[in-house]
Amino acid sequence: MKRIVPIGPYHPLQEEPEFFKLIVEGEKVVDLEINIGYNHRGHEFVAQKMTWDQVTFLVERICGICSDSHPYAYVLAVEDAAHVTAPPRAQYIRTIIGELERIHSHYLWVGLAGHFIGYNTVWMWVWRYREPLLDIFELIMGNRNHYAINKVGGARRDILPEHYSKIEKYLDLLEEKNTMFTKAVLDDPVIRARLEGVGILSKEDAVAYGVLGPTARGSGYATDVRKDDPYDAYDKVDWNEIVFDEGDVLAKAKVRLLECSESIKIVRQCLRNMPDGPIETRVDEIPPGEGIGRHEAPRGEVFHYVRSDGSNMPVRHKIRAPSFMNIPSNVVAVRGYSIADAALVLAAVDPCYCCTERTVVLRNGKRELTGKDMLRLSWRKTERLRRRYRR
Amino acid sequence: MANAKLWGLKKSPWVFHVAAASCNNCDIEILDILTPRWDVERFGIVLVGSPRHADALLVTGVLNRKSLPRVLRVYEQTPKPCLVICVGTCTCDTHMFAPSYNVVGPYDKYLPVDVYIPGCPPKPEAIISGVVKALKRL
Repeated sequence: MKRIVPIGPYHPLQEEPEFFKLIVEGEKVVDLEINIGYNHRGHEFVAQKMTWDQVTFLVERICGICSDSHPYAYVLAVEDAAHVTAPPRAQYIRTIIGELERIHSHYLWVGLAGHFIGYNTVWMWVWRYREPLLDIFELIMGNRNHYAINKVGGARRDILPEHYSKIEKYLDLLEEKNTMFTKAVLDDPVIRARLEGVGILSKEDAVAYGVLGPTARGSGYATDVRKDDPYDAYDKVDWNEIVFDEGDVLAKAKVRLLECSESIKIVRQCLRNMPDGPIETRVDEIPPGEGIGRHEAPRGEVFHYVRSDGSNMPVRHKIRAPSFMNIPSNVVAVRGYSIADAALVLAAVDPCYCCTERTVVLRNGKRELTGKDMLRLSWRKTERLRRRYRR
Repeated sequence: MANAKLWGLKKSPWVFHVAAASCNNCDIEILDILTPRWDVERFGIVLVGSPRHADALLVTGVLNRKSLPRVLRVYEQTPKPCLVICVGTCTCDTHMFAPSYNVVGPYDKYLPVDVYIPGCPPKPEAIISGVVKALKRL
C-alpha cells in the first residue's frame, strides 16, 4: 500500500523552506513530488527596476552561499553586451575569489552531509577549517559573505600585496587539512556504509535531466564551463577536471573534495602569475543589444542573459541557476531507497532553493493575460494578503 | 506555568530557525555560531527541530506570499512567552526587494518582534549579542 510522507516546508533537515512528498511502500520510497516556490522573491522583476551597477548587488543576494557566482555571470553578460573586457589583473582577482568560494561552498556541503547522516564530528571539523577562509574574505573584501568583488568592467577591490602571504599561509593549512578530510571521509567505514551505492544517478539519467556541476561529474558526465568555454584566467592555469562514474552519493562527495585541491592549485597559480595594472575598465554606457554570461558555480553552470535598450537599466534579465536543473533529478535518484537514505539523497545535489525559486508557474484556464495584467493581479493578491494578516 | 517557561527561556533558550524567503546567508551564519569557533551550545543555546520545543524564533529572509501564512502558523505553534528575533536586514525592512510583487513586507507588521539584528548578513558576534540583549530585556 502506498503512503505519503510529507517533509516540509519548515523542517529541521534543510535550512531552506521546500516541500517534498515522499510516496512510500513500507520503508521503500517509490516516488517523489517536489513542491517549491516558498523562496520566490521576484529577482528578475526587481532587476528591471534597478540600474546596471545596482543589479550586481541584487544578484549577489540571490544566494548567500554562491554569492560570487551570480554577480560573476552577470558582469560577464553585461561585458558581453557592452563589448568590453576586464583588464588582466581584474580577471585574475575574479578567478581567485571564484575558486576560494568554491572551496567554501564544497566544505559547507561536506559538513552538512556529515550532519545529515548524523555524523556531527565531520560537520564540526570541516566547518572549523572553513572559518579561516571567511576571515580571508573579510580581509580582502570587508565582509564574510556577499563580497561584492565583481563590477561591470573589472573588480571592485584589489588584492593588496601584503595579503598574498596570508592567503598563501591559509592555502598551506588547507592543503594539509584537505588531504586529511579526503582520507578520513573515504576511509571511514561508517561514512562508506551510508554513502556507497546510495542514490545512484546513472549517466543516461544525468544527460536526460541535464544535470550540472558535481552532480553531473559524479555520474560520469564531464561538463564544466571552466574547461569547455574558458573565461577570465581559467585558460591560463593548469588543472584537472574531476569525473567519477559511479553516480552515488560517495562519488559526488569525492568530486567535491578533490575539486577543492584543484581549486587550491588554481589559486596558487593565479597568485604567482598575477599581472600588475589597473583593476577596471571604465564602462560609460551599455549599447542596445544583448549579452550572455556563464560561470561555473560550485553547484554547476550559472547562466545570465541581459538585454539593453541603451538606457541605464536592463530591459530583460534572465537567470538560470544550476539547482534548477539538479533538483528534478532527485526523483530518479531517490526511487528505490529507504526513507532514511532519502534525506541524504535529496541533499546530495547540494540543492539551493534560493537560487532556483525565482519563477512561479501560473496555471491559467481560458483567459489570456498580458504581462501587465498578471503583474496587476499579483500586486492585488499581495495587498489582500497584507491586509488579512496584518496585526 | 508561564513563569517556569520564562525561567527556562532565560536559563537556556532553545531556538527554532525559520527561513522565510532568505538567501541562505543568515541561515549559514546561524549554523556557524554552533560550530567550534563560537560554540554557543556551551551557553545552553540549542537549535531544535520543532517550533513546539522552542523558546525563541530566529527568523531570516523577506516575507513573501507563500511563506507568510506558514511563518504565522509556526509562530502560533510556539509556546508563549517566546522571543522573535529578526536576523538580517531583510527581516528588519524589505531590503532591496521592496519593488517586488511577491514580497509582503517586514515582519513587525505581522509578528511582535523583540530584537532586530541588521546586517547582510550580520556577523556571528552580532547575532550572539542580539540574543543576549533579548534575554536581558526579560
